[in-house]
Amino acid sequence: MLRLVNLSVDVNTKRVLTNVSLYVREGETLALFGPNGSGKSTLMNAIIGNPKYKITEGRIIFKKHDITRVPTDERVKLGLGIAFQSPPAISGIKLIDLLKKIAEIRGTEEEKIYEYAKKLKMEEHLEREINRGFSGGEMKRSELLQLLVMNPDFVMLDEPDSGVDLENIGIVGKAIRELLERDKKKREKAGIIITHTGHILDYVDADYGAILYRGRIACIGDPYEILEDVREFGYEGCVEKCLTKYGNLNLRR
Amino acid sequence: MPDEVREFESEEVRKRLESVGIELDPKERSATFVQVDQEVKLSKSFFEGVEVMSIKAALEKYDWLEDYFWKAVRKDQDEFTREADSEDVNGYFIRALPNAKVEIPVEACLYLRTKGHKQRVHNIIIAEENSELNIISGCTSHPGVMAGLHIGISEFFVKRNAKLTFTMIHSWESNIEVRPRSAAIVEENGTFISNYILMNPVKLVQMYPTAYLNGKNSQAIFSSVIVGLEGANIDVGSRAVLNAENSKAEIVSRTISRGGRIVARGHLVGNVSGVKGHLECRGLILTENGSIEAIPVLEANHPDVDLSHEAAIGKIAEEEIFYLMSRGLSRDEAISAIVRGFMEIEIKGLPEALKREIDKAISLVEKELL
Repeated sequence: MLRLVNLSVDVNTKRVLTNVSLYVREGETLALFGPNGSGKSTLMNAIIGNPKYKITEGRIIFKKHDITRVPTDERVKLGLGIAFQSPPAISGIKLIDLLKKIAEIRGTEEEKIYEYAKKLKMEEHLEREINRGFSGGEMKRSELLQLLVMNPDFVMLDEPDSGVDLENIGIVGKAIRELLERDKKKREKAGIIITHTGHILDYVDADYGAILYRGRIACIGDPYEILEDVREFGYEGCVEKCLTKYGNLNLRR
Repeated sequence: MPDEVREFESEEVRKRLESVGIELDPKERSATFVQVDQEVKLSKSFFEGVEVMSIKAALEKYDWLEDYFWKAVRKDQDEFTREADSEDVNGYFIRALPNAKVEIPVEACLYLRTKGHKQRVHNIIIAEENSELNIISGCTSHPGVMAGLHIGISEFFVKRNAKLTFTMIHSWESNIEVRPRSAAIVEENGTFISNYILMNPVKLVQMYPTAYLNGKNSQAIFSSVIVGLEGANIDVGSRAVLNAENSKAEIVSRTISRGGRIVARGHLVGNVSGVKGHLECRGLILTENGSIEAIPVLEANHPDVDLSHEAAIGKIAEEEIFYLMSRGLSRDEAISAIVRGFMEIEIKGLPEALKREIDKAISLVEKELL
């Protein structure tokens, strides 16, 4: 469904990602690990087309379309969706109005908005300005609510668990399972979850894990094994272990 | 449409009036006042709690009204106030009777009909004790009347426990100059809310309305949404003078320059202990040839006052545009939504009907704006 071919990305003329290749197929969920500053968020921003992130080499292929140079809104119309790690607050625009617009663009029934808002305990936030004064956890739930209404085919979640309190991590997990169709036997959706702590994997299962290390894909394998190795040896140790086990693996499978 | 204003029947004129909140529909308004150049065409009240008449008629009816003249605004303030102090000045007298709740707005239309005319207006507005009064004042010019001058003196008197909400919407042409001179005197527990909307071409608007908070617990809220189009010269401020214990003031302005020059002023004066005021000027520049100058002034004449301000001017944040695009909005849709949101100011205590008028005024021109 989504294929990255030798993707290199600069931010403010500084190279952040080098030669990243990945392939995520229909029905698959990839857990993306990596230390702070390794380029995880950059990867998602490049995929969704944030103009601050310059693709200097390589291509992004989504559902057989080359979207490397396509504007963000067109990518969204094709079925890409992202939940940002720290979205901006927007004055004067109510969350409900944005959700209605998203529903219109993506052909979602308006009643669904209220249904999802209830599930995510966001009903009281609907009349508020987008993200204005929201806590960290509320922002995450707002992002997920927007994604549920958007109903994308490919879901990118940037640290959906950070800042979410224990009381709500369950409902966040449930929303992500729904987005990625994890409870369905035959899945059509796919996605990437960035997780720093791996906490969310207690609630959402992933098919593969990968480590992004210094702007490169350094390791691909079983997400739970990777997580365990990171916990035991740290990122550096884990990457080293990966390299001795698989050799310098840059391309997936 | 009332017979007196049949001349407004054309679609073009109706649209103009609508854009400044003038409906001419007795079902939607408590009273209607229409002045064309210097002539009062219509003044009718549909609600017994509110009086509306021409200022000339009111002076004949009430001896005491003389005392209200030039009480809030100084006659010798400048050449324009002096010019308005003339024989043929006209204007409206609107008064909410004691204890009356005039929730449905009173509409007052000042219409510039003749090219090159100097329209001089003197208005007196009184909200008597315990009353509530909502007014929409729409000022506009006849289609094709490209040049003229409008001088409007407005003196507001908010008596004890009264609440007066005044919403002024302007729509002019590119060679019309506008010099309103307004001031309000607010007594104990009184509230004065003033809203100003200007979104169409104009040559010059210059005003600095002032609220004198003279009674304990009185408060004033000024909100303005101003769009400066190419060629416009707009110098608009709001001032609150906090003269009494526990008085409060809030001044909020949102200015957008699309080629025009805008000066957004604000002035809070704290004269006694325990007063509170906040000033907020935010500006958005949409084109390279525009300019916005925000000049917030805080003046404390007593150590125990709480005055603050925030001012920010800039272009639309790319981060916000991108965020909305990541939700599927096109770049143009995103910019339009952000600008619309920028103009959306939450005005505390604003009646629904006035809020609707403001929203309507904004959405009517928004499409042309972007």
